[in-house]
Amino acid sequence: MHLLEIKNLSFQIGGKTIFDGLNLALEPREIHALIGTNGSGKSSLAYLILGCEEYAPTSGEILFEGNSISALKLHERARLGITLSWQEPARLEGLSVMDYLRLGNRYADSAAFLCKVGLAPERYLQRNIDKTLSGGQRKRIELASVLALRPKLALLDEPDSGIDLLSIGEIAEVIHSFKDVGASLLLITHREEMVRIADRASQLCGGKIVLTATPAEVAEHYKSRRCTVCDGKECHHASPG
Amino acid sequence: MPLLDEVSQVLQRMGTDSAVLTDRRVAHVVATGLDLVSQREIPGVAIRSERKADGLAAQITVTRDARIENPIHLCMGVLHDTGRQSIQLQVRLEQDSKAKIVAHCFFPRAQNVEHIMDAAIEIESGAELGYAEGHYHGPFGGVSVLPTARVRVHPHGRYVSDFSLTSGRVGKLQIDYAVEVNADAIAELNAKIFGRGDDDIRIREEVVLSGAKARSLIRTRVALEGRARAEVTGITEGNAEGARGHVDCMEIVRDHAFAQAIPIVRVTHPLAKVTHEAAIGSIDQKQLETLMAHGLTPEQAVETVVAGLLR
Repeated sequence: MHLLEIKNLSFQIGGKTIFDGLNLALEPREIHALIGTNGSGKSSLAYLILGCEEYAPTSGEILFEGNSISALKLHERARLGITLSWQEPARLEGLSVMDYLRLGNRYADSAAFLCKVGLAPERYLQRNIDKTLSGGQRKRIELASVLALRPKLALLDEPDSGIDLLSIGEIAEVIHSFKDVGASLLLITHREEMVRIADRASQLCGGKIVLTATPAEVAEHYKSRRCTVCDGKECHHASPG
Repeated sequence: MPLLDEVSQVLQRMGTDSAVLTDRRVAHVVATGLDLVSQREIPGVAIRSERKADGLAAQITVTRDARIENPIHLCMGVLHDTGRQSIQLQVRLEQDSKAKIVAHCFFPRAQNVEHIMDAAIEIESGAELGYAEGHYHGPFGGVSVLPTARVRVHPHGRYVSDFSLTSGRVGKLQIDYAVEVNADAIAELNAKIFGRGDDDIRIREEVVLSGAKARSLIRTRVALEGRARAEVTGITEGNAEGARGHVDCMEIVRDHAFAQAIPIVRVTHPLAKVTHEAAIGSIDQKQLETLMAHGLTPEQAVETVVAGLLR
């Protein structure tokens, strides 16, 4: 049984078709990269899986561990083990990093998870996740918080963007630590070098998955702009996400 | 039950150890309604209080160079459902002294209660005062709280106030604070208020930066639900070289509540700078979804955002 199975998904928003018969499957403990150009709908797919407001499939099905989750609310999906590391995480005034890392898992070893993303616990645990943090610091804390949840499926939306001074090797280490906590990953990216971290990869374009194969094959396909629908620079078929 | 015991019980409910009222190392003034219940002086803190025809008058003086380790506790309120309390408070921190005042204001049964506070606070050069005022209100909203304060912070002085009214019904609240900040002095005014039902909240805080390199921050956080209303006016005036001021107001509005923020900044010296920011609105959907992605229900997510704002 797949951990996540998206069957014939269509989604329209604001009169525009974002997905048209999209199919994708993730296996347990798999790191699956999803690559696509700006505007191809990568983030929109994550929001559909998570169940964000205004993101409900027009048709098709999303199955998690064999059961449809289309009728479930966001927090109900989270309680099944699905969560998201946002591309631009929200700031929350008055909420400490320690408390944030313990949301949903009050026994989480906050310090250990901060260390995994390269932040010194003694400097960050008591700080608030407000605007006093830089974008990169906030992003690392978001990754740590998702790790702390020990999810079954983590959707990581451009986890490397905005994080300075992290090499691909260091990012790979963080990504692989999700496997250590038993998670599967949908790793959303537009960088082919990120794709190579994954176990398997898919390319999104024109509202469809145009290729699912090994990371090397998908990276090469993406790099060569052999997209079946558009030239790969800027997808002409979708706008949000 | 003796009044002091009743006040002790209220303090416990407010989360304060009532032992502060029996501790001989801690200065205090306790007043319920128009009755002066108890007071204690300690070395470095002189207290004079008296009942006048129209209310109570209290003078607190922290003597020169004194560093008061334990906060001075002011317990003021009305224990009955009907009543009036009027207090004239004079606080003076003499040169290079340092103290913290914690004011506990309680109106647990108020249905028709008025509390008037008229404070004059003088912080002499090099002195530091922290003034934290926490309110404990009952569920009826039948209280009018009308505090006025005139504060002068002399050169190199420091004044930090924290006003908190986040549990129970506010009723009617009308804050009017004016602070003059002299050279190299600092003033910080913080207020956190949660309005419910038909609570009516009006806050006017004015800071005049009259000395060179004077600095200030007015920071207001208000959460409103039901049909509560709030009008927050934050005024900062920069009148001297190197003066820096900032006004920061954030209000979250739910249901049919109404919020208004009026930041006013004035600068009369070309080398002074005053900035402001104000944000009013419903809770950001992305904040809620971020929390719900951690398994919180929508209700828990709202509570977390509001609690953080008022923390």
